[in-house]
Amino acid sequence: MLSLAIKAEHISKAYQLGVIGTGTLSKDIERRIARMRGKEDPFLKIGEINDRAVAGKSDVVWSLKDISFEIKKGEAVGVIGRNGAGKSTLLKILSRVTTPTAGTIKARGRIASLLEVGTGFHPDLTGRENIFLNGAILGMTKKEIAARFDEIVAFSGVERYVDTPVKRYSSGMYVRLAFAVAAHLESEILIVDEVLAVGDAEFQRKAIGKMQETAAGGGRTVLFVSHNLASIRALCTSGLLMHNGCLQYQGDIGTVIERYSSLLHTGEVMKMQGSFAADADRQAQFNSVQLQRNGQPMGDNGVIDVFDKLSLKLSFTVRKTIYDSTPIIWVKKDNVDLYWTFLSDATPDILKNGIAPGDYTYEVPLLHPLKKGMYSITIMLGKLRVMDYHKAENVIQFQVEETSFDPTIHSFSANRAGIIANLTSWIRI
Amino acid sequence: MNAIKKTTATGEEGWSLVIEPSRSLFSLRLKEVWRYRDLLLLLVRRDFVAFYKQTILGPLWFFIQPLFTTIIYTFVFGNLASISTDGVPGPLFYLAGITLWNYFAECFTKTSTVFKDNAAIFGKVYFPRLIMPLSIVCSNLVRLAVQMLLFIIALLYFNVNHADIQLTAFIFLVPLLIVQMALLGLGAGMIISALTTKYRDLSFVVTFGVQLLMYATTVIYPLSAAPQKYKRLLELNPLTPVIETFRLAFLGRGTFNLQYYALSIAVTLIVTVAGVIIFNRVERDFIDTV
Repeated sequence: MLSLAIKAEHISKAYQLGVIGTGTLSKDIERRIARMRGKEDPFLKIGEINDRAVAGKSDVVWSLKDISFEIKKGEAVGVIGRNGAGKSTLLKILSRVTTPTAGTIKARGRIASLLEVGTGFHPDLTGRENIFLNGAILGMTKKEIAARFDEIVAFSGVERYVDTPVKRYSSGMYVRLAFAVAAHLESEILIVDEVLAVGDAEFQRKAIGKMQETAAGGGRTVLFVSHNLASIRALCTSGLLMHNGCLQYQGDIGTVIERYSSLLHTGEVMKMQGSFAADADRQAQFNSVQLQRNGQPMGDNGVIDVFDKLSLKLSFTVRKTIYDSTPIIWVKKDNVDLYWTFLSDATPDILKNGIAPGDYTYEVPLLHPLKKGMYSITIMLGKLRVMDYHKAENVIQFQVEETSFDPTIHSFSANRAGIIANLTSWIRI
Repeated sequence: MNAIKKTTATGEEGWSLVIEPSRSLFSLRLKEVWRYRDLLLLLVRRDFVAFYKQTILGPLWFFIQPLFTTIIYTFVFGNLASISTDGVPGPLFYLAGITLWNYFAECFTKTSTVFKDNAAIFGKVYFPRLIMPLSIVCSNLVRLAVQMLLFIIALLYFNVNHADIQLTAFIFLVPLLIVQMALLGLGAGMIISALTTKYRDLSFVVTFGVQLLMYATTVIYPLSAAPQKYKRLLELNPLTPVIETFRLAFLGRGTFNLQYYALSIAVTLIVTVAGVIIFNRVERDFIDTV
């Protein structure tokens, strides 16, 4: 039975800006303001999003805005977002360190949170004493800890030092021990923040293995925040993508990571066309570029499927004949170079004879089909490896989704190896 | 595990935990505090162990502090200032006063900074916050026990040489007196701690406030020696009847006035309840302001 483990409804969190009391201005909040592009009017109804700057009037900032989601029991969920996206605030609310300004979260079972390893460790106490203390802080009873004590020590691999004060531990041992305690918590929901960023590679593998095991085998629900996309991909089945305090997307982890990578590098999501003002000083320049589907311009919010026939409509002006030059289309998938294509591939003599003054428009079909992912296209017009008359980076960006087929059986679905799809024919001889 | 299954198996509506923006003023979740009792014990143990780790004298330090305070008080207040000790040997008189007073003062000052001192833990993990002040009170109980031992040793020593000291029936009130000191320290400390999350100024006031309060309580002088016009005021101080009764119990000297004692108990209860309520209110999102 797949029942819900967590249900969050319209969670919002406001932070007070500026001076609290008599001049203690929290640095954290200061940083938060810097990250926020717009302020919000505190008199607005909670949950309404207002991106315009409300000058002078507002001293409240919404770190989370109207977030709702559901997490099933036994799911391993990765929470991804840039700094200041609201991940930590969400985790703090879930772990009951702070409260939401509005909205409710309902959960089944105990929530144990691991926002930091070794919370409450006392340097003067021995490993043994700290295991008990830390376990109790995380919500275990003495009996539960005693029952799992040997397991914890074995997992941490610090048997020899268990009766030594932890201040004599190396930082690696400290982290191992702290993580071991948390990993053996008997809670139904485990919240983990970035803790795997510490420790060596071997330990990280071990820790991820342990968490996978608890999520899959133990039926525990795991919420995992990290900037390490590889460990998120290894551990999680689904994800939440946070952006500027909003929940941008919830879905399978592959899609969340792709969308995150595109957010990370550009800040914008979809760009279906671009146009450029005429500049008489340029010898040659692009005028416009447009992504097309089946020969028709793509709308700004259209969903693109793997099997959509996409092409790029490209127009450029040459004012004075250019030699050794060609228009170039450079396609990237999830920020990995996919391929280039030159006009001179098809018509090599333009390199020698030059491109005469005039206006040109081309339609260039893109690789077909395109695997699910975030694509960005850079266009250049210039001499190869020498100079560009005009270059427009990432002028087109779009997301390809798997909407028209069952991704579980085909070779070209996103979760299979390879970054391109090749519909080759299999000929039996 | 079994207990948890029970709560999770109750179907779609069977949420075992609801996180909401606000909860009722009086929802103190004492049940949860009880569930975390092991943590309380471990924190007390931590405080005790950490206190004397890496010291040569170890737990002896619990003795040394009150011993030296007593010697200094005897010298300054007894010999130099010649303040009356009601016919009781100076050291015994001061020891009786500071044993109980120290307990209050420690509970009060430590509790009043509980949010600031534990911000690192509180910011990372949830557990009923009330556990922390409770652990302070309990840790200091261990200290009090050690100091009581010192006091009793002194009592026996002086009893041999000085026949004028007698225990009275008020000795049966001593556990209540200790609880009262704990609750007063806890309650007042929690009120201050809640306010210091926003206004740090108060933490400065507390340090010398406690010192001033000691002189406004009958710790280093007996109530009987107080000037008549301030007597009334001193008796209204809820700490005075506690100290006086304590001395009456062990030394046979002191004033017991049922009226003022009842008032002291009433104040204790009010301070405690107010402290717990205010503490619970601030506890939920103090981390945003601290």
